[in-house]
Amino acid sequence: MTVLASGSALLRLDASWIDYLLVAIYFLFVLGIGLMARRSVSSSLDFFLSGRSLPAWVTGLAFISANLGAVEIMGMSANGAAIGMPTFHYYWIGAIPAMLFLAVVMMPFYYGSKVRSVPEFMHRRFGPAAHLVNAISFAVAQVLIAGVNLYLLATIVNALLGWPIWVSTIIAAVIVLFYITLGGLSAAIYNEVLQFFVIVAALTPLTVIGLSKVGGWSGLQDKMTQAGSGSQMASWPGTALTEFSSSVWSVIGIVLGLGFVLSFGYWTTNFVEVQRAMASKDMNAARRAPVIGSFPKMFIPFIIIVPGMISAVLVPELAKYKASGGKSGGGVTYDNALLYLMRDLLPNGLLGIAIAGLLAAFMAGMAANISAFNTVMSYDIWQAYVQKDKPDAFYTRFGRWATVAATIIAIGTSFFAGQYSNMMDYLQVLFGFFNAPLFATFILGMFWKKMSAAAGWTGLVSGTVAAVIVAVLSKDALGVAGQGGVSVGVINLSGQGAAFVAAGAAFIVDVIVSVLVTGMSRPKPESELRGLVYSLTPKEDLMGERVSHWWESPTRLAGISLVLVIILNVIFH
Amino acid sequence: MTQEPTSPAHETTDGPRRHAAGLFDIRNIIGALLALYGLILLLVAIFGGAGQADRNVGANLWTGIALLVAGGFFLLWARLRPIVVDEVELSRQMRDDG
Repeated sequence: MTVLASGSALLRLDASWIDYLLVAIYFLFVLGIGLMARRSVSSSLDFFLSGRSLPAWVTGLAFISANLGAVEIMGMSANGAAIGMPTFHYYWIGAIPAMLFLAVVMMPFYYGSKVRSVPEFMHRRFGPAAHLVNAISFAVAQVLIAGVNLYLLATIVNALLGWPIWVSTIIAAVIVLFYITLGGLSAAIYNEVLQFFVIVAALTPLTVIGLSKVGGWSGLQDKMTQAGSGSQMASWPGTALTEFSSSVWSVIGIVLGLGFVLSFGYWTTNFVEVQRAMASKDMNAARRAPVIGSFPKMFIPFIIIVPGMISAVLVPELAKYKASGGKSGGGVTYDNALLYLMRDLLPNGLLGIAIAGLLAAFMAGMAANISAFNTVMSYDIWQAYVQKDKPDAFYTRFGRWATVAATIIAIGTSFFAGQYSNMMDYLQVLFGFFNAPLFATFILGMFWKKMSAAAGWTGLVSGTVAAVIVAVLSKDALGVAGQGGVSVGVINLSGQGAAFVAAGAAFIVDVIVSVLVTGMSRPKPESELRGLVYSLTPKEDLMGERVSHWWESPTRLAGISLVLVIILNVIFH
Repeated sequence: MTQEPTSPAHETTDGPRRHAAGLFDIRNIIGALLALYGLILLLVAIFGGAGQADRNVGANLWTGIALLVAGGFFLLWARLRPIVVDEVELSRQMRDDG
């Protein structure tokens, strides 16, 4: 394994025993934390309290590192390699404003209403039908996203050991099962924060080395212009991202589709992340967590997207692939942009840290998907609707089988995910199916007290159906028909633009159906909605404590964050 | 409350049940991992590195130093401003949360 396979499509990382040692050390740390957390009651209390009494920066970091998984690292660098600067919109338009909205508007409501999960909110606000629909769609989304994580994990195992992708996939699945069984999830917040630092420690040198190799920012600009993709150095109007021919519609698509429906939908209804913030000791700290997280979040693209862009000019096979318009094939995909750059630039040692960070992110991501599936499947679906009155041991056993079943299904969905040359296309389509209608129903249910129980579930179902129809009618959102996909190409939409339109359609259809159905059915009595609907929640529940310093005020911090992100948008427009 | 005599974090639990979070303080965990990584990278930069000429071996050196500094910062911070765990206060809070 000493010769670099440069120039061939075969991607092989030249790892030495030093690199494997660094990876092993990381997993010893993670398993050690897991064991400590499970060992005794007292230590779990310590964990609990340490988590609660830690400064707000930890909850803030946990908030974004729950999101800084495989999908983001590989997907965003792939996007950077494929379309360049417009990818920054996923952060500066598609994440920061929604995080600030969550902190300032939604968090007081969540914290005050004591709702701990989305299915719980659905059940209390709309009753069993909406709850069941939401639980099923959540479970499906989790195994589909687990497939993405598994596929990415398999590509690393493949690049390390050179085994065929299907063998690597099964090996990776077995590793994840071990990780879950050994309790790697029991101290999730700790692992996530640790993982964040390892990823930053690996990607920062990669970016610095890469930039010095291409001759700095201006060198990157020159090289991209030479390669005929000079326009990718501008983030607006982002037609490369939306694949719309009109720049006006592209801007509208990015702001409304990505910036509003998809990102608000994702950040305000994603309780994996919201729960990180809710672990805070009081409302003020809970509101500050997303705001504090927004500061590192706006700079993360520089160590994820920029290496992707560098990879597309510096790595010969990727540059060739890009020059051919993504058609030269031979096993090269944008998803591997970061791995190629690591292979070419990182010395043994740093390479090991990078592999540890990526493996950690992918495994933790998939394990979180699988265990979320397991919880919803066992309790929200099976216990609530199928077999109600069994002893606890029954559901625990059921949960174990659900974990194994989900892993096997994920192996199947990972092969489907592998067909996409750019993982972000696929993921945004999935978010359009699941998050966009959920966000519409959620926000309507929160602010409109008349909305009826029947409107809850019909809105969700019709929103998802609308998004699926748009995706099937588009050119390639679900894979091209006849090439293993089902998109027929009736509407002239492709790439992430199709996903934005699908999400927009889901949102609009959900709202229309909810309004129509509410008109024909009876609203829930107001007494049952206290704490669940904004206007029926006591105002003192929504106000945080008085603070003594300006930097403890979530609203002021959010203002600073917003100004910073606008400045970044202007500099890199 | 079960106690673990081997764990250093619990040596003082006989008193008013207040003690430093110690091992459980995430700054110690982050600091230990980063410092260890930094040390290994430094050793690789000093003793290894031959035979991978064009792969920026110097990067191990400066990343190693940066990681050692960062790790040291977290360890020092945890030492200077320890988190105090108050188990009585904790169980009260847990009851309040239901």
